[in-house]
Amino acid sequence: MKLRQTAGLAVPLVMVPILLAACSSSSSSSPSSAASSSSSSSSSSSAAGGLKTGLKVFVIPKNLGNSYFTTADSAKSGGAIAALDALSETGTETSGTADTPASQIPAIQAAVSKGANALIISATDPTALCPTINAAIKRGIPVVTYDSDAPTCRSLFIEQASTAELGTSEVDLLAKQIHDTGQIAIVSATASDTNQNAWIGYMKQELKKYPKMTLVSTVYGNDDTATSTQVTQGLLEQYPNLKGIISPTTVGIAAAAAVLDTPKYRGKVALTGLGTPDEMKKYVSDGTVTSFELWNPADLGYLAAYAAVNLASGKINGTAGQTFTAGKLGSFTVGADKTVLLGPPFVFTAANINQFNF
Amino acid sequence: MQPDLDLAPGKPPGPSRPGLASMRARAPWAFRWETGLALIVVIIGVAGVAASPNFLTSANLFNLGLSNGEIAIMALPMTLIIISGEIDLSVSSTLGMSSCLLGFLWSRHWPMIAIFVVIAIVGLAAGAFNGLLVTRVGLPSLAVTIGTLTLYAGIAEILLGPNTVSNFPTAYTNLGVNAVPFTGNAITYSTAIFAVLAVIFGVILHATPAGRSIFAMGASPEAAMFAGIRVKRIKTVLFMVSGLVCSLAGVLYTFRLSTAVQNNGVGLELDVVAIVLVGGISIFGGQGSIPGVVLGVLAFVGIQNVLLLTNFNQEASGVVAGGLLLLSVFGRNAASYSTRLRQRLPARGRRPAEGPAPGQATAGSQP
Amino acid sequence: MTATVLRREPPETPAESGSTKLTERVFRIRESGIIVVLALFVAVTAGIQHRFVSVSNIQFVLVNTAIFALLALGETLVVVSRNVDLSVGSVLGISAYLSASLFGGHHGFPVPVVFGAGLGIGLGWGIVNGLLVAAGRVPSLVVTLATLYIIRGIDILIVGGSMVTANSLPTGFLGIPKETVLGVPDIALAVAVVVAAGAYYLRSFRSGRELYAIGSNPEAARLAGIPIGKRVLFAFAVSGAIAGVAGVLWAAQYGTVDSTAGSGYELTVVTAVVVSGVAIFGGSGSAVGAALGALLLATINSALYVLGISDFWDQAIAGFLLILAITMDRVISVKLTAALRLRSTRRAA
Repeated sequence: MKLRQTAGLAVPLVMVPILLAACSSSSSSSPSSAASSSSSSSSSSSAAGGLKTGLKVFVIPKNLGNSYFTTADSAKSGGAIAALDALSETGTETSGTADTPASQIPAIQAAVSKGANALIISATDPTALCPTINAAIKRGIPVVTYDSDAPTCRSLFIEQASTAELGTSEVDLLAKQIHDTGQIAIVSATASDTNQNAWIGYMKQELKKYPKMTLVSTVYGNDDTATSTQVTQGLLEQYPNLKGIISPTTVGIAAAAAVLDTPKYRGKVALTGLGTPDEMKKYVSDGTVTSFELWNPADLGYLAAYAAVNLASGKINGTAGQTFTAGKLGSFTVGADKTVLLGPPFVFTAANINQFNF
Repeated sequence: MQPDLDLAPGKPPGPSRPGLASMRARAPWAFRWETGLALIVVIIGVAGVAASPNFLTSANLFNLGLSNGEIAIMALPMTLIIISGEIDLSVSSTLGMSSCLLGFLWSRHWPMIAIFVVIAIVGLAAGAFNGLLVTRVGLPSLAVTIGTLTLYAGIAEILLGPNTVSNFPTAYTNLGVNAVPFTGNAITYSTAIFAVLAVIFGVILHATPAGRSIFAMGASPEAAMFAGIRVKRIKTVLFMVSGLVCSLAGVLYTFRLSTAVQNNGVGLELDVVAIVLVGGISIFGGQGSIPGVVLGVLAFVGIQNVLLLTNFNQEASGVVAGGLLLLSVFGRNAASYSTRLRQRLPARGRRPAEGPAPGQATAGSQP
Repeated sequence: MTATVLRREPPETPAESGSTKLTERVFRIRESGIIVVLALFVAVTAGIQHRFVSVSNIQFVLVNTAIFALLALGETLVVVSRNVDLSVGSVLGISAYLSASLFGGHHGFPVPVVFGAGLGIGLGWGIVNGLLVAAGRVPSLVVTLATLYIIRGIDILIVGGSMVTANSLPTGFLGIPKETVLGVPDIALAVAVVVAAGAYYLRSFRSGRELYAIGSNPEAARLAGIPIGKRVLFAFAVSGAIAGVAGVLWAAQYGTVDSTAGSGYELTVVTAVVVSGVAIFGGSGSAVGAALGALLLATINSALYVLGISDFWDQAIAGFLLILAITMDRVISVKLTAALRLRSTRRAA
């Protein structure tokens, strides 16, 4: 028998099991009904507090496979989906695997196609997502951004901690460790990152309070471990008198800590910034890092979920001054520019770090 | 592809399987790669409709066109290049470079038309650089385009540095995100451009002497040269066309995202090569078709969309893409392997074959 | 023509010495060239910023090079046989995660077992690549492109959103890249030994030399009875195994492993290999040269950071060097062929 023909048919024959597997590996989300029109959900029964239930909410982080977002989003860690489950909504996490708008946009569009009633998005880019997000908003789907904002095109932004407070507190933390004197440097993520640049701006302002501290350099590790390592090494060589480093990015601080984790630098060059407790436990316990800060990503996701459901239920619409409750986190007020603040940054030290597991 | 005309004397009337072979002689199109691929596209379509009522909506098709328009456009010149026996891995970096150039010049207040002209020239130059290194210096295109992939991405990085340019006027960004008027909101500008280019490339490849030359030089560069085909010139032109088309894709990409940033387009070349290979174009050169690559686009894009619309774990999308790539190459290999096998084994009463049948490409040396 | 080749070399006559000297010089250029470039580069940079050659920076550069030099060794075996292995980054990534997670927080878990696991994982994938290429007769570019996707995809599926963090790894393990002997990092010495072993294999073992033959002229190699399938399978298996071990070293060096480890490394490795003179069309090159190529790239990177030059130039520089290297390589080989032909015709005369 002609194997060419067989080969031609073999490919579709192999495709079928793949597709069947794909369909059967689907998560427990309900089959999509013909919900091509907007937000009127299948069951708009009001639960306690006047919130709708049965809403389809999609959580779209910058990318999948990122432990920070897994903590923020998943039910197990008490993040966004845990909140959605508690509210009797259907929560699904989806996104691309590359941290780029081109990878995130199809996921947003697919969520809209599947009848989303609300979207929770951590934006890979402040402007590139806007056409897609605006199309969703036009269909009556509220869009909440969390962690990373798209300022001109969302219904509400859940901010993890005040930008100003993050910037200033990190300088204060470092100043305490180096006794207000010496050269310091910043190991950042990508040079175009809105958050990073905003925080660095506040850092530079706060530094004016410490005339004996000088910022000698800002380098970019691109949120890549190897690059962050190399830029840190370059700093240490270029500035032999460097006394402290601030790295307001979890990848950067972990990489810098690994570089400083030797007798030569431990205790001589201080390190602080934004890090997750799990990554930093070793370095705190052996003295490379004294203190660093973050917020609780799970709380951030949890709050974003409550905000999204409140929006979709019509209880708030983003005007400053409106209030809503977010389950175990208490009550929150919408601030200026449609932003809701989670709270102050949390400082981790040797005393408390072992209480956390993310 | 010519049907096998077995004219050896002493052969019994008809081969051992009369039905299939005579069918094949009468309708060779039914047994080609493109036919199998068309079947797959239909199956994907059916699976898509079964999985989600949103699959065939104009909104979904529109989104598909948006997200994949640039890749599809870049696959067209890539097809011609691979058929001619070369490869161009610098396509995504050319896209990125033109995107950053767009942002760079726009932020310096150049008029948009002038920017377009400059981008077109730079795209042609980038392609010419590839072409000249391959044809005049005689370097293997794989190595050259890996080098230019890095070089052009580096130039993109230098142009914009850490900055992002996103203040493009809506008149232009609309080209990236709106539907072509009068088409019922289903067709993006990039889809329309792809359709037009596909027709143009299809005509050139399949209905002109230039196209036949491209097949010939892919099958055997020396024979083509001795036949008087200007291999070097045509290859250089193909690379230049690729450069031009990729910079056009870069403009579309930038307008769609309304953002010019240094890492625009990174990694897309793998998708483009995968689409071309799934479309039945042989990596060895000398075989393939434009209808094939159009079907390849539909298959590749369709599968990913179906997976997205069902609740397939997106984390596994890489496995699917790689698997699809392997399957398409093995499928093609299995086909030609079986044909070679059949020729070597004498059938009942048939004389052993003397060499490959006409129209069969033998597996050449590795690129 | 054949008669002249089989005839024993007559003592060098003046007419021959010109072209002979050229060919010998050219053979030595391949490796010495990169040493010269490296030395020049280091000298110039050190002149501007003397801390570039401080002990600590040299240690940094050597440790950063170690992983790439290892990968370059594996890649050389593959490229010499006229293939390419694009999956090394993905293999490194999956091996780094899986082997590092073996510790599971138990600091007493034996480190050699972890290295063995990494080796095994890499070896497994290398064999898969080799079988697909050798038995399936599919071009290695396509196969390893596909396995690059597939392995990274499997890695992402397995890792999900978690990561291996430094506190789950024993201090001894994390200290491996930091230990030095007389100021030279242990890891650099170990890699140097492995590279030397690889170079020796390629030069002095029949199967190693056969890889060159396969790359030079596959048809001739086949006719000469060389078991191409077995040799190519071996080359890919070794490349995979090396990438697996490199993954374990990666985990030791950086301490935190998620699903992005090793992404993009294949491009750097292929660049290092080609820049050093391993011809991308197979048939020539040296393992030592490839390791030096990796060292050169790491040195350039370090220089950019130490000098405070914006690192936005490093990609453009790497791309430019790559093109320069393959162009020079081609020009040299053309001249070499001409010189050899001249020598043969002169001897025939």
